[in-house]
Amino acid sequence: MSQEKKQNNIAFVIGASSVGTLIEWYDFYIFGMLATIISKQFFPANAGTAALLSTLAIFAAGFIVRPFGALVFGRLGDLIGRKHTFLLTLIIMGGSTFAIGLVPGYATIGWAAPILVLILRLLQGLALGGEYGGAATYVAEHAPAGQRGFWTSWIQTTATLGLFLALGIIILIRSNQGVENFSAEWGGWRYPFWISIILVGVSILIRMRMSESPMFTKLKSEGKTSANPLKESFGQKGNFKMVLLALFGAVMGQGVVWYTGQFYAQSFIETVCKIEFIQSRNIMLVAILMATPCFVLFGWLSDKVGRKWIMLLGMLLAVLTYRPIYQQFLTISSVQNRADKIDLTKTVASAVKVKTDSKEATKIYVTQNFDTAYTDGAVFKYTKTDTLQLGATYNALIPIDALNPSLIVSKSAKPNVVLEKILGHADYWSMIWLVFIQIVYVTMVYGPIAAFLVEMFPTKIRYTSMSLPYHIGNGVFGGLVPFLGTLIVEFTKTAQNPKGDSLAGLWYPIGVAAVCFIIGLIYLTNKIDKNVMD
Amino acid sequence: MNTIKKLAGYLWMLISPLLILFLLFEANQKITTATAAVKSNVILQWVIILLIFTPICIGFFIFGKYATAGEYDHLPASSEEV
Repeated sequence: MSQEKKQNNIAFVIGASSVGTLIEWYDFYIFGMLATIISKQFFPANAGTAALLSTLAIFAAGFIVRPFGALVFGRLGDLIGRKHTFLLTLIIMGGSTFAIGLVPGYATIGWAAPILVLILRLLQGLALGGEYGGAATYVAEHAPAGQRGFWTSWIQTTATLGLFLALGIIILIRSNQGVENFSAEWGGWRYPFWISIILVGVSILIRMRMSESPMFTKLKSEGKTSANPLKESFGQKGNFKMVLLALFGAVMGQGVVWYTGQFYAQSFIETVCKIEFIQSRNIMLVAILMATPCFVLFGWLSDKVGRKWIMLLGMLLAVLTYRPIYQQFLTISSVQNRADKIDLTKTVASAVKVKTDSKEATKIYVTQNFDTAYTDGAVFKYTKTDTLQLGATYNALIPIDALNPSLIVSKSAKPNVVLEKILGHADYWSMIWLVFIQIVYVTMVYGPIAAFLVEMFPTKIRYTSMSLPYHIGNGVFGGLVPFLGTLIVEFTKTAQNPKGDSLAGLWYPIGVAAVCFIIGLIYLTNKIDKNVMD
Repeated sequence: MNTIKKLAGYLWMLISPLLILFLLFEANQKITTATAAVKSNVILQWVIILLIFTPICIGFFIFGKYATAGEYDHLPASSEEV
């Protein structure tokens, strides 16, 4: 085959594999991003069993099922081939995502709603567990020697681009529809699920045109495929020790760095720094877009200098700089030291709004917005809501100011104050740069990892062997970053300090990345395996 | 370097059971102090955490054991060595 034909072929392989993997990530992310709406639509409020199902659907499927998917589909990929296996995972993922968008809410079909959603979410987790290992193996087995890091790094961009696509589509629909229409039972939140079927359809058509991996075809024609990939991967010490090394020396650190940069950062900006919904997502989108080319840069560089040092440097930088970065997030978004910057000409208080409780006609919510503008362009929006219990049904024709005070039976001791901050231009860009730095770390640890894992294991059990550590590292160690981070912050809350230490949650990713860095430093080799045909 | 690999192996073998004990202690503490309204959910969360991390800790222990036995002194250069 001529050099040009070879390049075209590998470009098609990359394109076809990447589009499918990107869509799988998109499918997986939209569920998580819409989790608040999903839990309202499919789960009854304040019910113990519903909370359990909600936890299982949102929490367990993402973390527990992925390694099982890796085992099921990894085994299949080593037995019947890469192409058909990851075609199957794509169909399962696309079908279950589309179906989630069709499930009627709890208000319509009752308990069938959360049970169906849980089953579909489990299928999503299984499919994702099988997809990535297949795509990475498939591309690596097509890539020319000496360029494996570069070509597989394109697959590595898909997880981030899938997040980008999911964020972009959700923001677009929500901005067009408004919050109420978007959150209704058959509202706009379902569109991202329905859109998936179009994306998956296109991807299936492309993948049908792909041929099987040349290395797997060769093994199959020689009758050298594995008869029992699970046993050979995890039952033989020689291979199992490499699975453990891959997990503890590379993937667990990579997983926490990835999830901290792309998920914990977003959660922190929104829930701790209180940055407004759209602006917090825009910060993530711009930073992700700017940093994504670095996946390919570090993949390419890993072909020149080896995979180990790039990945370990990413982990070390994360360990050393996470706390200063997140401290800077807090400083930028702080209300303190802003008194002299208040722009009184733009600072306004809205008219008072009164809303009657949907169940109790004598209970009303009195809301007023205070928008504090600052000279740097920032606007901090305070929404203050008082809950009043009246002695009689509230008459909406009487202004709240004219309400007879003797009618008020009780008033909430403390008003509920919701704060949303819109940052000024300079602070907005400072936030973007701080997220960008974290995503560069992600590209350092994640860009070379597919090539690194592929080179660790023999062709006949590669799909199985690399999928399991990958999904334990990312699904479990990485996936638990937001949950454990929040849990650790909860531990620091005391009567004297009811807010706790908001930076304490970082100790989990810092600790895991530090241990992984030490193990990688001591045990990993920087040598690139030039021959992955064996 | 091989001596460091082996010595560090003992450290990993020590950390693994300590981590399981720590998780059991935390789980017990959080479940007993949880309010009735959230108790079942807290139990489920900690059962999931223990189910996930216990096998991982066992894997970490095995990793340490392999390290002390010199399994990582020389990493395979080809699939024949695996």
